[in-house]
Amino acid sequence: MEFFERFAIPHPSPAIYASMVAIAVVSIGIVVGLTYFKKWGYLWREWLTTVDHKKIGIMYLISALLMLFRGGADAIMMRAQLATPDAKLLDAQHYNEIFTTHGVVMIMFMAMPFIFAFMNLIVPLQIGARDVAFPRLNALSFWLFFVGAMLFNISFVIGGSPDAGWTSYFPLAGNDFSESVGTNYYMLALQISGIGSLMTGINMCTTILKMRAPGMTLMKMPMFTWSAFIANIIIVFAFPVLTIALLMGTTDRLFGTHFFATTNGGMDMLWANFFWIWGHPEVYILILPAFGIYSEIISTFSRRNLYGYKSMVASMVLISLLSFLVWTHHFFTMGQGALTNSIFSITTMAIAVPTGVKIFNWLFTMWKGKIRFTVPMLYSVAFIPLFTIGGVTGVMLAMSAADYQYHNTMFLVAHFHNTIIPGVVFAMLAGLTYYWPKFFGFMLNEKIGKSTFWLLTVGFVLAFFPMYITGLDGQARRMYTYSEATGFGPLNMVSFVGAALMAIGFVTIVYNVYYSYKNSPRNIGSDPWDARSLEWATHTPVPEYNFARIPQISSSETFWDSKKNGHQLFKGELKEIHMPNNSGVPFIMGVIFFIAGFSFVFALWVPAVIALIGILVCLALRSFEQDHGRHISVEEIKETEAKIGGAK
Amino acid sequence: MKELFPAKQVMGFVFSLILTAVALLVYFTDMSFHMGMTILLVTAFIQAFLQLVVFMHAGESEDGKSIYTNILYGIIIAVVTVFGSLLILIWDM
Repeated sequence: MEFFERFAIPHPSPAIYASMVAIAVVSIGIVVGLTYFKKWGYLWREWLTTVDHKKIGIMYLISALLMLFRGGADAIMMRAQLATPDAKLLDAQHYNEIFTTHGVVMIMFMAMPFIFAFMNLIVPLQIGARDVAFPRLNALSFWLFFVGAMLFNISFVIGGSPDAGWTSYFPLAGNDFSESVGTNYYMLALQISGIGSLMTGINMCTTILKMRAPGMTLMKMPMFTWSAFIANIIIVFAFPVLTIALLMGTTDRLFGTHFFATTNGGMDMLWANFFWIWGHPEVYILILPAFGIYSEIISTFSRRNLYGYKSMVASMVLISLLSFLVWTHHFFTMGQGALTNSIFSITTMAIAVPTGVKIFNWLFTMWKGKIRFTVPMLYSVAFIPLFTIGGVTGVMLAMSAADYQYHNTMFLVAHFHNTIIPGVVFAMLAGLTYYWPKFFGFMLNEKIGKSTFWLLTVGFVLAFFPMYITGLDGQARRMYTYSEATGFGPLNMVSFVGAALMAIGFVTIVYNVYYSYKNSPRNIGSDPWDARSLEWATHTPVPEYNFARIPQISSSETFWDSKKNGHQLFKGELKEIHMPNNSGVPFIMGVIFFIAGFSFVFALWVPAVIALIGILVCLALRSFEQDHGRHISVEEIKETEAKIGGAK
Repeated sequence: MKELFPAKQVMGFVFSLILTAVALLVYFTDMSFHMGMTILLVTAFIQAFLQLVVFMHAGESEDGKSIYTNILYGIIIAVVTVFGSLLILIWDM
């Protein structure tokens, strides 16, 4: 019995027991359902072993939406607790756990898979490729992310959630002050999914550099591909820092090293330093693909080519460099001197310049355009002013002397939500609506989509703008309650109302998917938005080989050229297509990684070592495996093409 | 015959042996810690660059330019990270 005590929750509550029951019921339900409908084989063949970038993208998408609701539940609990002074809904410990998991889930397990979903779905189509450069590595990336997310999510029912904040600063995150295994979960789950992200970064860079269709020079790539390229370069350079920092943190917690301890030559501030050397570029990893999606949408629905293509590219390249030069602005108050703070203040303000260039480019794209206010366009139009407000408050925070006033107040919380929600979340929802017909064969309902948009926008403004005021008045972040005398009560209630509106908004998305699945027409053709770039040139639904013939590229809007200027996209005869084989190894490796991670969390060395050996065995097997892929014959291609809308 | 003789590789091999010998001197002779570290760092970086160019054929393929751009970018990020951390945590603390 003593063995099992370690798995107990150190700080249980009825809500957690209810979650345990719910998780058990849902898991049993899934297993029973799959068995009853005889779907195990289908699941294994079509999804678990797939190496198709489109299916992997869809799995990323589903995971991201699930995690959005997980993180959203955390958010609504926090806002409910803070809605009134001296509330008793959550105690301090639960509040700590909830803001920690909210941050980690939303950044690592919602926003990251969301951008990976779009990179997987769109990039190969936009560059006229048949898959990514390393399809099996791509599957492994997904499964590592997925088991990382699952490992993190079981923490609140087995052993206790991390409670040291999503930044997990030492010495608070050390064994002395975080005794539960929660922070072990943090270290291991982020490590596993971080390895997956790093592999995606290498995979996408290679894909974009090496697999573009003939005629597509770098400066003829569609803007989303450019943004994905830059984001992946940042991933390749930033994530190793996180990997090492997490490794050092793990050894501190599990093996008694003193990297981040305050004694024996350790340096606790080194963690904050490493964390933000990764963490600031991470912000741009998220926002750049979002900018790319906005660029595609704004140009499509303004019926104009993107204004200032070259300056867009140049500003992203500049951002990718500057993003590595600003990390200290996350801890201006840590105690370094005025010289350092001044240097990093200036670099931080400098980043506003290329970002401003992009804002003006979008405005000029819309200028004199024939704007259609569809749902994706609404998100994009709302993004520009809202994100600009977030950017301006960012410049306020960038002034290191003034930052002493705002540091770790609600003003900061308002600022980064003000950039991430209109910046990233709106982009993801806009992209979801925009690309939905390409991958699912029907449009999402516009009317419901518009009410979602208004609920989210109004909810967002109500939820976060009051925080600017309470923050300036001195309400600290991460405080689980406040007294009535502070006067923060009414504005926090407004925030709660806003958060509730946003929650309703997210539920309407689910309803929209259900409603549109039932009611939307299926004969929408392959180009329902009258779009401009190459991903719309192939059929809907996209065949597994993407393009029967590899397209010939003339410009960054080559599909528009083919529609309006008579450019011939597909030339020549059909040829045999070489495709990669499916493989179960990535999924199995994912499972082994999960076992390894779980064993490390609880310091169960025997299964941990066995699992690590299992990983090495998988790697060795892959090295000796002979797999040359398979070929799709010309007859098969003709058959498929005829079935899904005739050969073009 | 001249085209068949891999002069570049042989020279590279000899040079990398010399670099290794110089690095070994740090162990076999009695010198100050700073002196030894300087020699090790300098020889290590030259060695790495030599391996990359001569034996891993960076710059010989058509995307040689992007390989060097990539390396330069990596070096810039590494230098900024290391010296930025030193500035924050030691020199200006």
